[in-house]
Amino acid sequence: MMELDIKKKLSGANGPFELRVQTEIKKGEFLTLYGPSGAGKTSVIRMLAGLMKPDQGRISVNEQLWFDSVQGVHLKTRLRSIGMVFQEYSLFPNMTVRGNLVFALPKGENESWVDHILGMVGLLSLQDKKPGLLSGGQKQRVALARALVRKPQLLLLDEPLSALDTAMRNKLQDDILQLHAELGLTTVLISHDYHEVKKMSDRVLVIEEGQLVKQGKAEDIF
Amino acid sequence: MDYTPFWISIKLAGITTAVLFVIGVPLAYWLAFNPRRYKVLFEAIVSLPLVLPPTVLGFYILLVLSPESGLGAWFEEYLDLRLVFTFEGLVIASVFYSLPFMVQPLQSGFRSVPITLVEASYSLGKSTWTTLLRVILPNMTGALLTAGILTFAHTIGEFGVVLMVGGNIPGLTQVISISIYDEVEAMNYGLANEYSLILLLFSFVILSLVYLFNYQKRKAVRLL
Repeated sequence: MMELDIKKKLSGANGPFELRVQTEIKKGEFLTLYGPSGAGKTSVIRMLAGLMKPDQGRISVNEQLWFDSVQGVHLKTRLRSIGMVFQEYSLFPNMTVRGNLVFALPKGENESWVDHILGMVGLLSLQDKKPGLLSGGQKQRVALARALVRKPQLLLLDEPLSALDTAMRNKLQDDILQLHAELGLTTVLISHDYHEVKKMSDRVLVIEEGQLVKQGKAEDIF
Repeated sequence: MDYTPFWISIKLAGITTAVLFVIGVPLAYWLAFNPRRYKVLFEAIVSLPLVLPPTVLGFYILLVLSPESGLGAWFEEYLDLRLVFTFEGLVIASVFYSLPFMVQPLQSGFRSVPITLVEASYSLGKSTWTTLLRVILPNMTGALLTAGILTFAHTIGEFGVVLMVGGNIPGLTQVISISIYDEVEAMNYGLANEYSLILLLFSFVILSLVYLFNYQKRKAVRLL
């Protein structure tokens, strides 16, 4: 169980506004943040990851406190059990596909887990290639695999599929759903794509101008 | 032809470059990623040797390192090390003189690494140190090479600072640029020409290699 209650002043195209999100995320839930650009969705994910500090509030994950403005707690990103996939791939160009995954492996962990993950996402044949030689879909699959190497409690996906064509997007949506179920992940996805939201989410939060305007099952919202 | 001045120059440039890597990497990292406004003062200090006449820099370094000053006296008393008119003093002076040539390319190198790579590394549980060594530095090899070579080449070409701090002691602080000056003063144009030509070719080859490396890198990036 994860509790999220955050406030943060942000500045957007129409001037400053306050982002205010309060929700609980159940273990194993697939939650999607939906809404127009600049509404504050990415800021929510960045605050969950510890890459941005909320002005006020509290984030706790399975009884562990990640952020609390009253107690002055702000757990560093590297100490939070997260996996993160960015829109722009963010693979390390100096490492091979396998190297990217091995880098993510916590100290002392066996490399056979890397083989397992590579197999799950169908990347074994590309493991010795450098990311620069891969297609967009392949890169994003590597990024997804890399984010899962640590067996994170929380998987954060910031519009990971928006740069891909429809066929590749569908394929990766299936992959994500399969991994989410197989590894028992709790996932937060940002998406602009209505079909994607409908297909993937257990629950949707609609955020506009920093405010949580609607939430519920995708079929109730759209 | 006496090659000693060459060796002194190469030794000086090599040691200066090594010392500046140790100082320059953390300093450039701090300057590149520190959001505070007061850092511009440090940027200005780092760039001072670019605009100051080397004699000004040399003069103040000479004052600070001299046995009459606190620092110079401390070095003599506790480390038994005299810093003016010695090779060690030259290294210290060169480090200041070539500082911008190390720090500025490194600073732009740090800024050229996409911030999402750094954030990805943190999100994978890696420390700042691991991220620096495994992610940031390997993805700015062009900047590291440029910084190293420019520092080395710039130190080789040093004249005013060396003359002020190191003097002109053959076999000890007489570097190649000063030898050339000496030979010209003594009307030995032939030898001055030989020294100069070697230095000219050396600088040309070094700079060509830097530009070639960066060209290849840009081409490789375009292909990706």
